[in-house]
Amino acid sequence: MVSLNHLTSGAQGRLVRLGGDRAFRRRLMELGLLPGTPVRLVRRAELGGVLEIEVRRSRLTVRLAEAAEVFVVAAE
Amino acid sequence: MTIATRIPCVAIAGNPNTGKTTLFNRLTGARAKVGNYPGVTVERQIGSIELEGFGKVQVMDVPGTYSLSARSREEQLAIQAVAGLHPLEKPDVVVCVVDATQLVRNLYLVLQLIELDTPIVCALNMTDRLKVTGQSIDVKALKRALGVPVVPIVAPKGTGFEELRQAIGEVLKDPRKAHVDWPWESPEPLLEADVLTVGKEIPDDWVGGNERRRRALALWALLSVEEEDELDSIPEALRNLVARRRMLADASGRRIEEEIIRSRYGWLDAHSPGFLKESPQSLSLTDKIDRVLLNPTVGFALFIAFMTVLFQSIFAWADPLIGWIEVLFEWLGDTTVAVMPGGFFRDLLVQGLIAGVGGVLVFLPQILLLFFFIGLMEDTGYMTRIAYLMDRVMRLLGLHGRAFVPMLSGYACAVPAILATRTMERSRDRLLTMMVVPLMTCSARLPVYGLLIAAIIPPDHARPFTQGLLLTGMYLFSTLIALLAAGVLGRTVLKGSRVPFLMEMPPYRLPHWPSIVRMMWQRSSVFIREAGTIILACTVGMWFLLSYPKAPETESAQAPVTSPISSDEKAEHEIGGSDLRNSYAGRLGRSVEPILKPLGFDWKIGVGLIGAFAAREVFVSTMAVVYGLDDGEDETSHTLRSHIHEQRWPDGRVVYTPLVCFSLMAFFALACQCMSTVAVVKRETGSWRWPIFLFGYTTAMAWVASFAIYQGGTLLGF
Repeated sequence: MVSLNHLTSGAQGRLVRLGGDRAFRRRLMELGLLPGTPVRLVRRAELGGVLEIEVRRSRLTVRLAEAAEVFVVAAE
Repeated sequence: MTIATRIPCVAIAGNPNTGKTTLFNRLTGARAKVGNYPGVTVERQIGSIELEGFGKVQVMDVPGTYSLSARSREEQLAIQAVAGLHPLEKPDVVVCVVDATQLVRNLYLVLQLIELDTPIVCALNMTDRLKVTGQSIDVKALKRALGVPVVPIVAPKGTGFEELRQAIGEVLKDPRKAHVDWPWESPEPLLEADVLTVGKEIPDDWVGGNERRRRALALWALLSVEEEDELDSIPEALRNLVARRRMLADASGRRIEEEIIRSRYGWLDAHSPGFLKESPQSLSLTDKIDRVLLNPTVGFALFIAFMTVLFQSIFAWADPLIGWIEVLFEWLGDTTVAVMPGGFFRDLLVQGLIAGVGGVLVFLPQILLLFFFIGLMEDTGYMTRIAYLMDRVMRLLGLHGRAFVPMLSGYACAVPAILATRTMERSRDRLLTMMVVPLMTCSARLPVYGLLIAAIIPPDHARPFTQGLLLTGMYLFSTLIALLAAGVLGRTVLKGSRVPFLMEMPPYRLPHWPSIVRMMWQRSSVFIREAGTIILACTVGMWFLLSYPKAPETESAQAPVTSPISSDEKAEHEIGGSDLRNSYAGRLGRSVEPILKPLGFDWKIGVGLIGAFAAREVFVSTMAVVYGLDDGEDETSHTLRSHIHEQRWPDGRVVYTPLVCFSLMAFFALACQCMSTVAVVKRETGSWRWPIFLFGYTTAMAWVASFAIYQGGTLLGF
């Protein structure tokens, strides 16, 4: 199990556990990222300090600090 | 509104980026009105359509939202609007616009609307893009699964609109057509207990006699109400109860939010294979574009290039247009002077009204250009990429990533920049940006800096670049202060609860030109109508202050009897300008001299500062009048510069020492000396509270900075 920000760009994972602020967890789950849902790290904006992830075919941006509390198992 | 026969009302809801606005625009044509939701600064559009069998039907938009659960006041609006909670009227039909290419996530909102027993029509938009994304939707199966009318449309082309209007009409006629039983069963028995308990504290007027809504609203409360939320009119008992239930659940290792959301997605995931087929994605065009535009080097260089074009357009390209407007109004003024007999009314008309209307319209070129670019960036999806690229920097300052464009525009003019804060949805982010944008060095400050820099370093003795360096220094100074102010205000006055930075990166789309033109038009007309009237009133007020009471011809050469300040005697030796000196503004300038003296300013500069409130560049022409130069004198000519050099205090000291010039420039850099900015902040925030705060804090800061520069400099012997 690794946190989302430790995935390499393009790598696929499956959500295990959502940590962090209640509002953050709720928002992410309502956008369809629930435990068990596949998630892919699309790219990281080094300058922006933001990750772009793909969940259910939509692209979302997550800050690095918040991504550190999102845990996934890397998929094959 | 008390109308005998109620006009039916249709609300248009949906996720952000689903083409809601395009649908609204195409449905209602060009007649929509922009207004605010009651009690908040969130705008809504209201238009109307003709529907067979009903006549006129009102159509209004609902802020785009992924879900009805809310944390901020703005998010709460969505549920208030669709469920008809206080203080909004309940719509008869809600059209939920659904992005067909992101079907499951969009249906989450549809599911919530169904829970609330809202009569809905599902507008399945972007069906033309399904081929590209490798998906296919069986509309009949989707209709069966949801139980509500589903109409496939392509909003920009108008495809499917006839069917959509029919579906709206059918549901209006018989709301039961859209009625469905509660779709999902919660797999968690404990959640049921929470819902029942919380339901008892849901106010009856929210429920409106439909007990099913009690259940839906209990779920809403369990997801939304929390300690840090900014929600409005939640009964205390409900708050406490939700907190208690949540604490109990937490203690036993349950997560209520997850249980609720999982129940909904569980239902959707179980049913979606019946209506949605997906083949694996290939690399999309958006991916290919983003590889370039979000690339750390190439993408960033392109970003800077785009921003340079945007800035250049409002800074320089707008200039000729502004020039034409100024020439036109000058001509109007001159013509009026030529044909009308002189007197109070002619002056009021020419110097007050005509000048005032001109003063409002000069902002139009910049507003139109800026909103053209904003529309383009919003429509194509680039605006979100800017926030993505700039988030780290902007967050450091407590600002939203989307504050970048307004901040940049502030270097040209604060007025369009403040209008541009609309691209942020949260009012706290908007307010914070509005409070610091006026600190950026706008183009109206340049003539003032030009005059003062020339006074510090006379052009004939200037070494190369020294003047330019000083000007650059002023830009750096203002930027630094603006960023500092954002940091401080964002942690104090405008401290907001932390909002997760979770944005959707929409796929790139071709811009929909009619929508962009419509937005440019709407923003400009709202500005003229609402901020323009305040600016016009201020112009008339300023004209009156600066020209009344008129000095009697005979007295103009003598010192006014009531003059409180001894420096007048010397001042009176100057020719002309006595009208201004005797005017209310002149008297005000003199009465505030004690406050300005510690900054190194005499009363004449005080008058100039008062005049500059009309617009900063007016300082230059006001000073010309104060020093008794002809009105027609070229403002930047040597005459004014040499007059400035000749100014002396009564004791013979030079007024415009380099130190005073620096002090004055600092004052101009910091003080929100601009009634148009104040007016536009009033219009955008809906009250006088924020414009007064803005004016107060910037003026206080300016005074302190000028004081420090002048007194510090004097102590150091400059």
